[in-house]
Amino acid sequence: MSTKITSVTGTGVPLLLDDIDTDRIIPARYLRCVTFEGLGEFAFEDDRQQDPAHPFNKPEFAGASVLVAGRNFGCGSSREHAPQSLMRWGLKAIVAESFAEIFFGNCCSLGVVAVTADRADIDKLGAAIAADPTLEVSVDLESMTASAGNVSAKVKMPDSARGALVTGEWDYLGQLLSAADQVTAHAKTIPYLNHFSA
Amino acid sequence: MSDRRNLFNKVWDLHTVRTLPNQQTQLFIGLHLIHEVTSPQAFEILRDRNLKVAYPDRTVATVDHIVPTSDQSRPFLDGLAEQMMSAIEKNCDEFGVTLMDLKDGRQGIVHVVGPEQGLTQPGMTIVCGDSHTSTHGAFGSIAIGIGTSNVAQVLSTQTMFLDRPRVRRVVVNGDLAPGVYAKDVILYIIQQLGVQGGVGYAYEYAGTTFDAMTMEERMTVCNMSIEGGARCGYINPDEKTVEYLRGRPYSPTGEEFENAAAWWLSLASDDSAEFDDEVVFNAADIEPTVTWGITPAQSVGVSQPLPTLSECAAGERTLLGEALEFMSLKEGEPVKGTKIDVAFIGSCTNGRISDLREAARIAEGHHVAAGVKAIVVPGSQLVREQAMKEGLHTIFEAAGFEWRGAGCSMCLAMNPDKLQGREVCASSSNRNFKGRQGSPTGRTLLMSPAMVTAAAIAGEVVDIREFAAAAV
Repeated sequence: MSTKITSVTGTGVPLLLDDIDTDRIIPARYLRCVTFEGLGEFAFEDDRQQDPAHPFNKPEFAGASVLVAGRNFGCGSSREHAPQSLMRWGLKAIVAESFAEIFFGNCCSLGVVAVTADRADIDKLGAAIAADPTLEVSVDLESMTASAGNVSAKVKMPDSARGALVTGEWDYLGQLLSAADQVTAHAKTIPYLNHFSA
Repeated sequence: MSDRRNLFNKVWDLHTVRTLPNQQTQLFIGLHLIHEVTSPQAFEILRDRNLKVAYPDRTVATVDHIVPTSDQSRPFLDGLAEQMMSAIEKNCDEFGVTLMDLKDGRQGIVHVVGPEQGLTQPGMTIVCGDSHTSTHGAFGSIAIGIGTSNVAQVLSTQTMFLDRPRVRRVVVNGDLAPGVYAKDVILYIIQQLGVQGGVGYAYEYAGTTFDAMTMEERMTVCNMSIEGGARCGYINPDEKTVEYLRGRPYSPTGEEFENAAAWWLSLASDDSAEFDDEVVFNAADIEPTVTWGITPAQSVGVSQPLPTLSECAAGERTLLGEALEFMSLKEGEPVKGTKIDVAFIGSCTNGRISDLREAARIAEGHHVAAGVKAIVVPGSQLVREQAMKEGLHTIFEAAGFEWRGAGCSMCLAMNPDKLQGREVCASSSNRNFKGRQGSPTGRTLLMSPAMVTAAAIAGEVVDIREFAAAAV
């Protein structure tokens, strides 16, 4: 059993671009490592170098817990280093218009709350946070809402992922291990594991 | 009674160990491929929890991402790369996993090695900590990329939890025109459906265009499924699939092979198979295709101009502007004639022997343009050996291309092969993301290996159809 995660509260950081890929979140040169430690400081490294106004460069967003992002966030490479780096930077939740699937799955494995909202709501949340970076921002998995000050929006998450977080059952490895006998029995039914005679 | 399930659902059902109350499937994984980048932390999780690799004989490792393609002597000059190489050697040794390393002769890009060795077979579930695992779908398998936590789960249980995706049949019918390749077909599909169009779907590629493709061409198509948002894409197994696998090192033999072949063919979606969605394209509409932007959907036929801000959908304008600015290209201008600095032939998309043969055929008798750096990186040591048997390396070298060792090379630049500064690269790889090829400001134009070769010779983006005509 892992920690139950029913809500995230803190300040926010807006990054309302579409199709942000995992190479941008954590450039490949930082994947030359055998642990995930220390990846937080390199989140969006190349974008930050090229854009002094990048939200991850701004001191007012430095302690943010909730990222508000655009469409297809986390597309491209499967590197878990991407959500690892965002998590180690300090993020505990991401509200996006949509996520790429592998990235979403990796967030689930790490207990990072990844929820989606309509674009109009994303824009409103982003604008509220940009206008006042000190606003309290929260994502609530019981009421399925995200809020930034007076702006509140409905958010969505697949039941399987939401259920795992709120019940604290997002240690998938433990659950998978608990079915070891079933796995062994099931392997006997798969033709290519049985000389194509199963 | 006919089975109305498509291949995807047949294979999924076969591998379903159990379904959780939340409808997630615990899926048995038939083949787990691993490499040096996304596995070290997973092995650490096993150590921390005192777990073993559950099915070491269903787990195969190779090294590709960090491998230098010129000087491969150990220790590597890059201490971090050396540390990763040592880690996978130690992990495979300690956990009893076969490692096809640099000394092995079978080493190469994991998605080239799997098919080449006959590890990849129809009807399997295949995972790897790498998004281009979709490549293996070319054989009629369910093949998906996973993260490192998943790698630890599969290592220790040979299973993982997944939500069953919907299945979309992507139909392309007709013959490809001369100069149009499998790469152009998948770039066109992504251009039409968008980079997020496949999210939540597995793609079945069907129709006479795919039927006519070789296995290597099918791998090129399935490889880039993920660039269209689909975690998995596949093609139904047929006689070509069976013949490709006959005699491969990990293929079954004798009577067992015949039994296997009959089972493989029985998995194909038949005429009554049902799909959640279908889209249909005509091969005749596809030209040699070039990306000009920062996502793989930002592409045009080589004879077409770049899009304009005024004609683009309102929701796409920010991304279009961002891409044009990064690429230093002007809206509405032709893509043809864009100057290049580097040409890269290789990667899990287009680093196979048929790709190198086609590139060599075009390069023969020509020379790389002054000021262009051009490299050819075979997808595996066996591809390299075969190419050298055929003398392709001498054609490339005479034409001014560098002939390298096998690895991922400049596709993602975790090794010494990188763009410098704002260089523009004509690349046969799969991603044109900002900074993808190793320089934060480097720029990538994706295209077929034939088009990359022609661009290397001309020093700019050309239309292979005109280039080929001029060469006759």
